[in-house]
Amino acid sequence: MDLTLRVWRQAGPDRPGAFEEYRAREISEDASFLEMLDVVNERLTLEGKEPITFDHDCREGICGTCGIMINGKPHGGQKGTATCQLHMRKFGNGDVIVVEPWRAAGFPVLKDLMVNRSAFDRIIEAGGYIGVDVGSAPEANLIPVPKAVSELAMDAAACIGCGACVAACPNNAAQLFTAAKVAHLNLLPQGQPERFARVEAMVDTMERFFGSCTNHGECEAACPKSISIDFIALLNKDYVRAKRINRAMVSRA
Amino acid sequence: MQLDARIPGGPLADKWDAHRFALPLVAPPNRRRFEVIVVGTGLAGAGAAATLGELGYQVKVFTYNDSNRRAHSISAQGGINASKDYRNDGDSTHRLFYDTIKGGDYRSREANVYRLAQLSNEIIDQATAQGVPFAREYGGTLANRSFGGTQVARTFYARGQTGQQLLLGAYQALARQIHAGTVTSYTRCEMLEVVVVDGKAAGVVVRDMVTGEISSHSAHAVVLATGGYSNAYFLSTNAKACNVTAIWRAHRKGALFANPCFTQIHPTCIPASDEFQSKLTLMSESLRNDGRIWVPQAERETRHPRDIPEDQRDYFLERRYPAFGNLVPRDVASRAAKREVDAGKGVGSLHNGVYLDFAESLARLGHDVVTERYGNLFEMYERITGENPYEMPMRIYPAPHYTMGGLWVDYDLMTTVPGLYAIGEANFADHGANRLGASALMQGLADGYFILPTTVAGYLAGMLGKKPVPPSHPAFAAAEAEVKDRTNRLLAAKGSRTVDWFHRELGKIVWDECGMARTADGLRKAIADIPALQEEFHRDVRILGSGEDINQALERAGRVADFFELAQLMCRDALNREESCGGHFRVEHQTPDGEALRNDDEYAYVAAWGFDGPGVEPTLVKEHLEFENVELKTRSYK
Repeated sequence: MDLTLRVWRQAGPDRPGAFEEYRAREISEDASFLEMLDVVNERLTLEGKEPITFDHDCREGICGTCGIMINGKPHGGQKGTATCQLHMRKFGNGDVIVVEPWRAAGFPVLKDLMVNRSAFDRIIEAGGYIGVDVGSAPEANLIPVPKAVSELAMDAAACIGCGACVAACPNNAAQLFTAAKVAHLNLLPQGQPERFARVEAMVDTMERFFGSCTNHGECEAACPKSISIDFIALLNKDYVRAKRINRAMVSRA
Repeated sequence: MQLDARIPGGPLADKWDAHRFALPLVAPPNRRRFEVIVVGTGLAGAGAAATLGELGYQVKVFTYNDSNRRAHSISAQGGINASKDYRNDGDSTHRLFYDTIKGGDYRSREANVYRLAQLSNEIIDQATAQGVPFAREYGGTLANRSFGGTQVARTFYARGQTGQQLLLGAYQALARQIHAGTVTSYTRCEMLEVVVVDGKAAGVVVRDMVTGEISSHSAHAVVLATGGYSNAYFLSTNAKACNVTAIWRAHRKGALFANPCFTQIHPTCIPASDEFQSKLTLMSESLRNDGRIWVPQAERETRHPRDIPEDQRDYFLERRYPAFGNLVPRDVASRAAKREVDAGKGVGSLHNGVYLDFAESLARLGHDVVTERYGNLFEMYERITGENPYEMPMRIYPAPHYTMGGLWVDYDLMTTVPGLYAIGEANFADHGANRLGASALMQGLADGYFILPTTVAGYLAGMLGKKPVPPSHPAFAAAEAEVKDRTNRLLAAKGSRTVDWFHRELGKIVWDECGMARTADGLRKAIADIPALQEEFHRDVRILGSGEDINQALERAGRVADFFELAQLMCRDALNREESCGGHFRVEHQTPDGEALRNDDEYAYVAAWGFDGPGVEPTLVKEHLEFENVELKTRSYK
């Protein structure tokens, strides 16, 4: 198939960016979107033009490294699919495809389609863990976890940290990412001791980088793991309780 | 040179305990005086860095990924083994040890493998406490499934995303230490040189992949947890960035490289579809629990699989290996599939795969149970191929997946360079000539959470009161100059072909001659052909841009340059090993019915190779393997 790409090119974080147009001819429809970009990059290199910089790694939809706005939709808009698993058979011959980086103040562009998502790491560092040193764990079957609870925790834990939720949100909010981690840990019995400290620290850190949630639901539609916005409700509930409980603890001290 | 693995004496089951008691300790207030560098943030690296931080050491951790959460451990699908015997089906530490030694075709150390089996249960405890959402029974206890090469159900799993969940556990533990200030994290930062001063590891030289800045970091000890080298084949199940550079640079600085030819070809991957293919996607081995593998009996069959009647199908694994059936170990399953495809029985439009069929399981278990077990894998398959596995069988074919070879390490996981450690897939230690499914996660976490943090103290204790070599030492300046020189030469070639073109060509040679079946003639040809292509690469590669900002082609070129050197060593090792064992199949050495023929009298050793300079024949040092607790038998899964 023959395609026209309009690709965002930007030499560096503080440099101006602009769209450039490239022809992508004779692309196999069995190629993935990133393989199509590989082919374009090979040709650009041979023409003496700098190839397009884009993040990618596992190419099987699990590492969360890749993430491109394709025709205005994070990962191209195929339900439950990361950019690396989007295949060219989903496009039509002669299509014009607009290719951009995630657009969010919390994710500054590093070069072309590559952005800096380290704000997500800061949110996890604030409390996205269960504090158990190696060596101090009890026998694994000592604490039974109802199957339904463990399945729901797994639904939340499936987040790959790609940032599509932020890119899709008109407010650039990171509620779905944060909620997925909070819910994963706060649902499990192992996560209870730090439950309220965790949610407060993570939400407060999140707000330093990202906008506010106003319930558009775009994040769930864009999520390559189809993570439910129900988890945001859970996040909000725990956050409100945390503010009350944690404050009460302060007044006691 | 003599190799001493420093395996403790005494009965097998007591070695690790006795060794832990014998090792010197570092007292809690002294730990913050020691600096340790960890390179890589997969299960082994993130696990080690987090644990060292918890213990109170000062840790620096480096990854080339944009976050510590992304290393390729994340792609492991099926599960992690442990000998909990929750299923009451006869499992034990000794059985896990025995299965792993046998599965590795008797080319690993008894003491290491036994320790791995002993630690397996603690890993499950630790991961569960961290909140890893393992699959559970309705009563709330942990669930298990079975995997290739075993007759018990000992594999713990989190849907088809076990590696992801275990890695997130380690990543979160690491994030906690970063928050606590014990660990400093450097992301988008690639290690390009190991620095050795007075024969000991003193630090590393890294390149900031955003600014291009080259910098030096020193420490009392350096831990490499940088994964395997399957991308030497270009097409593999590894992530695109996986590479050999960190351990190859260590090898060039004196660390012996063990068993480089022991590579694992995974039987259940999606076959290649065209020339642009950039990687091969694994379909978890767990699928073999409920899927049946078959080919049509007729050559070049073109009928739809559902139109081929039962009596015209060949369920070749069930036919050849009735005891283990579809669950034979990976090497056996891979070779059996290759044999059918080579005989013209391959399926798909390119006739390059075999069927993995769920029709019977769907009828027996129902759609819902199959979806619960494998739903995400089925979806992934459909996204990639455009075919629905609920309606027609999957097509699968073997692909390079894991490398059992790696840096030689002793029982403490230290390489032949004092103070330099290799853990996880980067070392050679535990899987012999073939790794069993669900054992990689087990080994990575055993090394990272439990073994390295214990053994490294034994080394550090002797350095109490000494500061690390400062990064101002001339050895660091020399290493930085070498890195810059390498980078500049690659950029200066300004040739006519891309990095990927060379990588693809190299991969074809390695796959053809050092892949699933190897011959002396083919290996000699590869050893002659690779240097010619390597020379062309350095002369004719084209990399645009500079080294002073993000340059992905430059990053790849550095890795491919090291793959060229490694590939030659893989072929030399394969040529030297005149036997077939595990993933290493020499066509000259097979039984009349085509099974691997080991030669225990002459080759029951670890082949550890030294580096004597570019283009110079490497020296071979042998570590003879002693088997006191298992009897060496021909592996039979019949």
